[in-house]
Amino acid sequence: MKPTMRQSYEHAMAPGLTAASPRHLARYLIWGLTALVMAVAPLIFSSGFAITLLSQMGIMIIFALSYNMLLGQSGMLSFGHAVYSGMGAFIAVHVLNQVGAGALWFPVSLLPLVGGLGGAFFGILFGYVTTRKAGTTFAMITLGIGEMVFASSLMFPDFFGGEGGISTNRVVGNAVLGITYGPGRQVYYLIALWCLLSMVAMYAWTQTPLGRIANAVRDNAERAEFVGYNTQRVRYLVVILSAFFAGISGGLSVINFEIVSAENVGAVHSGSVLLATFIGGGGFFFGPVIGAVVFVLFAVALSSLTQAWLLYLGLFFVLMVMFVPGGVSSLLMKQVPLLARRKLGRMLPSYSVALGAGVVLLAALILTVELTYKLQIDSDNGTGMTLVGFAFDAASFKPWAVAVALWLAGALAWRAAVARVHQAWDAVQAEMAGGGV
Amino acid sequence: MEFFVISLLNGISYGLLLFLLSSGLTLIFSMMGVLNFAHASFYMLGAYFAYAIASKLGFWPALVLAPLLVVVVGALVERFGLRTVHKYGHVAELLFTFGLAYLIEEAVKLVWGQSAVPYRIPQELDGPLFQVFTSVFPKYRAFMMLVSVSMLIAMYVVLTRTRIGLVIQAALTHPQMVEALGHNVQRVFMLVFAGGAALAGLAGVIGGNAFVTSPSMAASVGTIVFVVAVVGGMGSLAGAFIASLLIGLLQTFAVTIDASLADLFGAIGLHVTSATPLSSVWKLTVSQMAPVLPYLLMVVMMIVRPRGLMGTREG
Repeated sequence: MKPTMRQSYEHAMAPGLTAASPRHLARYLIWGLTALVMAVAPLIFSSGFAITLLSQMGIMIIFALSYNMLLGQSGMLSFGHAVYSGMGAFIAVHVLNQVGAGALWFPVSLLPLVGGLGGAFFGILFGYVTTRKAGTTFAMITLGIGEMVFASSLMFPDFFGGEGGISTNRVVGNAVLGITYGPGRQVYYLIALWCLLSMVAMYAWTQTPLGRIANAVRDNAERAEFVGYNTQRVRYLVVILSAFFAGISGGLSVINFEIVSAENVGAVHSGSVLLATFIGGGGFFFGPVIGAVVFVLFAVALSSLTQAWLLYLGLFFVLMVMFVPGGVSSLLMKQVPLLARRKLGRMLPSYSVALGAGVVLLAALILTVELTYKLQIDSDNGTGMTLVGFAFDAASFKPWAVAVALWLAGALAWRAAVARVHQAWDAVQAEMAGGGV
Repeated sequence: MEFFVISLLNGISYGLLLFLLSSGLTLIFSMMGVLNFAHASFYMLGAYFAYAIASKLGFWPALVLAPLLVVVVGALVERFGLRTVHKYGHVAELLFTFGLAYLIEEAVKLVWGQSAVPYRIPQELDGPLFQVFTSVFPKYRAFMMLVSVSMLIAMYVVLTRTRIGLVIQAALTHPQMVEALGHNVQRVFMLVFAGGAALAGLAGVIGGNAFVTSPSMAASVGTIVFVVAVVGGMGSLAGAFIASLLIGLLQTFAVTIDASLADLFGAIGLHVTSATPLSSVWKLTVSQMAPVLPYLLMVVMMIVRPRGLMGTREG
């Protein structure tokens, strides 16, 4: 994992960037495009389900990016990041309820800021303990803190709302310009705006001295210390900042879901953000964005299709850790030099073969898992089932035979495809090295 | 007095079970530098394997066979999983075991269903062992203590008195030298990982029927085991032993104490009513706080003594 990160930051921080350089222009272009996509997306996918999906993606993007301030940029693996977003959300929900009761005046649009400050407060509190150690011990302490907060959530029902959580109503106060936050689309645009602001802020942070020294602490803490930096303090500051952005995502989730419960600070939530960030890849700034989008698709879209979504997600995650430790973004960035040299076309045939083999393997996996699920967990409703339009009986011999055949065919095809990709890759790399300069 | 003796015994038996779990974790950590997140999953697998075997062959074969099955699983995980990610460093290894914990939990749900399974204490160990005034101490608790202590002694003997134990100890600190002397360090790693998994599996066999055997058992015990490892000092077996007993006793005693800060204030003449600021904090009883205490202990330990009870200073 480390080499890819270091590599990426050397790329991103090439010296001598001036305001007029083409890279600067490209940067504006990318941000502009991002804003455009965010603005247009709900017009294209305008169903209610799509809007909720997009809103959750926006929240998850902020959360995952804030997590990547720790994991990708400072080398801190945290298992308790949900504490900050969750506590931010709880503070935001109490403020919103006070506003609703008329005891307080506060615009709903700025509620995420309250969540952010709440998250930062707990970052100051817990970060002091967690950042005393780095590496594995840091990971374990964050896990412990997360469990502590989760366990104490049942002890203070006044603040955490007990088992049921605390619900709220986002439609309070006077509508400004007709924006009440009643309809989901208005909420989406609020989330999109905060998401864009947070993304820009977090990207800008990577360019500040603190952001750079955080990279140094990640890569070689001992050396950073010799240069004269207090690594513990750097980690502490990064945790506080990251907790602030996590809190913003928590505040937005209050507006979006109108409920906060103990699960928001729980280990499952902390695990989710870790999975999302890692799948996207911590080595590039945009990695967690991809990860968040993929994760929400898994968690929201796939979970409505199958009960086994966690199994698929876990498997996907483990395979990523084993074979693509840089995440999806590293796979994409590997293609960039090829694209720049117009060699990507040469790779496409072998890629498509690999894709085909992968689809066969995926089909085999899905069939096996769904058959097992049907028989083991859902057999009370009969063993008949349908999968992508085919109806069959899970207890009969035929679907299992198909599954075995798919596994065999897929495995053979995959082996051949991998060899082909390697061959084509080496050929293209050799060409680029030879005919390049 | 009666309450004290029973709680003490219960606490020790729970603490010993925790040590059975955390010793494997500590061994794997000190040897391979891998923090095995899936360790509690092996505990769960042990319990489920034992349930499956016990329902066919009875409890006693399960006591032997289930940990052996966990050994096989552990060895496979090390050989085909951990060894692949080893080249990416410790963080990748940690993430791998983290994902593995998800997978094992989902697989267990797939095979044995989502609710708890009826894994019961065997007939011959069911019932009270002795009585202290009116409270009874169950036989099975004593059996758990017996198994834990004998495993502890066996582990000590293996590590200090046998050839393979000496190789393991040497490989802990000087893996290159051990390799140069002609030992297959990779295989020693596999052995340690599988052995650690087996200890967790055994804990699952004897703990699964004393508590609950359900897909959530790994998550519920997993974090406590990590707390034990941190409080005891990462990689220190002696520290893990002390911390296990400490946390076992702490949790057992805490759930039985019904006093709160409000009672304490009441004793010195300050009465807490619902109008008092932060009344919910003062009215919390110790038993209500029991689930949080281990984590609080860990936080305090991190502030006062960051390397843990018996840990060595890092770097």
